[in-house]
Amino acid sequence: MSRFKASEAGIRWPLLAATSVSILIVALIFIFLGKEALPFVRHPGLSELWGDRWVPLSFQKEYFGLGPLIVGSLLVTCTSLAIAVPSGLCTAIYLAELARPWERRVMLPLFDVLATIPTVVLGFFGLVVLSPWMKQFFGLVSGMSALSASLLLALMAVPTVVSVSEDAIRSVPGTLQMASLAVGASRLQTLWRVTVPAAAPGITAAVVLAMGRVIGETMTVIMVTGNAPVVTVNPLESVRTMTATIALEMGEVPLGSDHYRALFCIGVVLLGITFGLNLMAQRAWKRQRRHS
Amino acid sequence: MPELPPKLWRGVVAAGAILLTISSCNPRGRGTGEAGTPAALTIKGSDTMVHLVSAWAEAFMQEHPRTEISVTGGGSGTGFAALLNGTTDICAASREMMPSETQLARGKGLAPVRSLVARDGIALIVHPSNVVDQLSIEQLRKIYTGAYDNWNQVGGADRPMVVYSRDSSSGTFVYFQEHVLRKRDYRADARMLPATSAIVQSVAEDEGAIGYVGLGYVVESAGGVKVLGIRSAADQPAIKPTVASVESGEYSIARPLQLYTADEPHGLVATFIEFCRGQEGQEIVHASGFVAVK
Repeated sequence: MSRFKASEAGIRWPLLAATSVSILIVALIFIFLGKEALPFVRHPGLSELWGDRWVPLSFQKEYFGLGPLIVGSLLVTCTSLAIAVPSGLCTAIYLAELARPWERRVMLPLFDVLATIPTVVLGFFGLVVLSPWMKQFFGLVSGMSALSASLLLALMAVPTVVSVSEDAIRSVPGTLQMASLAVGASRLQTLWRVTVPAAAPGITAAVVLAMGRVIGETMTVIMVTGNAPVVTVNPLESVRTMTATIALEMGEVPLGSDHYRALFCIGVVLLGITFGLNLMAQRAWKRQRRHS
Repeated sequence: MPELPPKLWRGVVAAGAILLTISSCNPRGRGTGEAGTPAALTIKGSDTMVHLVSAWAEAFMQEHPRTEISVTGGGSGTGFAALLNGTTDICAASREMMPSETQLARGKGLAPVRSLVARDGIALIVHPSNVVDQLSIEQLRKIYTGAYDNWNQVGGADRPMVVYSRDSSSGTFVYFQEHVLRKRDYRADARMLPATSAIVQSVAEDEGAIGYVGLGYVVESAGGVKVLGIRSAADQPAIKPTVASVESGEYSIARPLQLYTADEPHGLVATFIEFCRGQEGQEIVHASGFVAVK
């Protein structure tokens, strides 16, 4: 025992230092974002952000309304979750409850592979293969649409939904299911009325995490949404997301200009959203742990 | 693998490490000893000019073997920002510096110098099936500001227009807005793509599409898209963009391409710019599909 004490301290301090550095960096990023965005409140004023026109480069008057960007991000996110959550959830239920052991062994790693596809590769696939196909299928004027992006983002979200909710379903104690079967419920009834409800907080966490992943995605949406800043709820039209706007425009923006500040304001909004989503996911996951 | 006793292993590893260190140190040490400091040059800016500048850099490095030139794109605005921040020696720009950028430079105590190195025509491209083959500047302006929505308004088939543009970090975007749209705003539903190649790809795909690209790209992507003739006024003849028509000034949508330096160029930077403006450099301009400056 005593031999371990000295080496334990030797391990403890470097690890603690590494941990504090990453926490410190997160805090610094928050401060930096806020510092760069803050002057916007004083000069053009926060009310400028409350508009439905994003025209950052104009010879007459610039408009920095976040409306089209927020609506664009939400439209793409919600559509992709509408695709990813049902399919991911069914997959998770199958893998956790019904699959044979060898099926689990083969299929679960495949979802991890899906999660590692570089997003720019998916975007390229979307531009060259998916967009033209979507255009034909729906008879659109252009395949660059929110829906094309949503389909690709759904591919990215599915692994998160599957792995987290599968974990949640498997962590439901077997005694619950046995009790249900013992009072005469069928396997299907047990699954839908007992197991899945008991795993609900974990499934919520899965959905929220997937949402955070999707709303922050940049490369794919730049390549396939068409980036037209219009307010629309039709997924077959072109939209522009918050992330795409920052990535497209940060490179050319004159340092310290209103446009530059406005981009940082988008960053603050985006960070706020993903931070909130993460907090929600953690809460839900804690509730799951208490359950089981 | 044969079993080696641990001590021997340690020896092998140590020997390997020493060999690695020697082999990685040696050439570098000798290189700096003989050549003095290797001359390096960075050029950043316009995506339109990236092919051209790379071709110049290659030819220049062949003549001056000990120089190293790195060329990156990103857009003219990106190049200006880098020039003012001191992270690039030369900014390649397909538009002139904006007043806000000049002001920023003055604030930093810099007096940027512009060197004209080539000219470029901007070609308007449509899907090959489109029956329209010429437009006036006036019609273009109405298309890009949103007054026209359907090809039948300009003598084409009854088909909705899909308008493609570069994103706002492109010099072409700014030039087009200033000279064709006469400083009016782009229509909100114009699709803004991050690269010229993506515009060519999309226009080749969509029947109702229109897009603008640099002349150099049209030379490369022959077929797939149709290039429109442009009338500078309603009563003028339609002119197709070619090297000859841009050179003579007949084709009306042409812009200067330039290299900017943060101050009066000197040393290697000056040699390079002289090279680009010289005979050999201007031949490369021609070969890349751009128009030479006399």
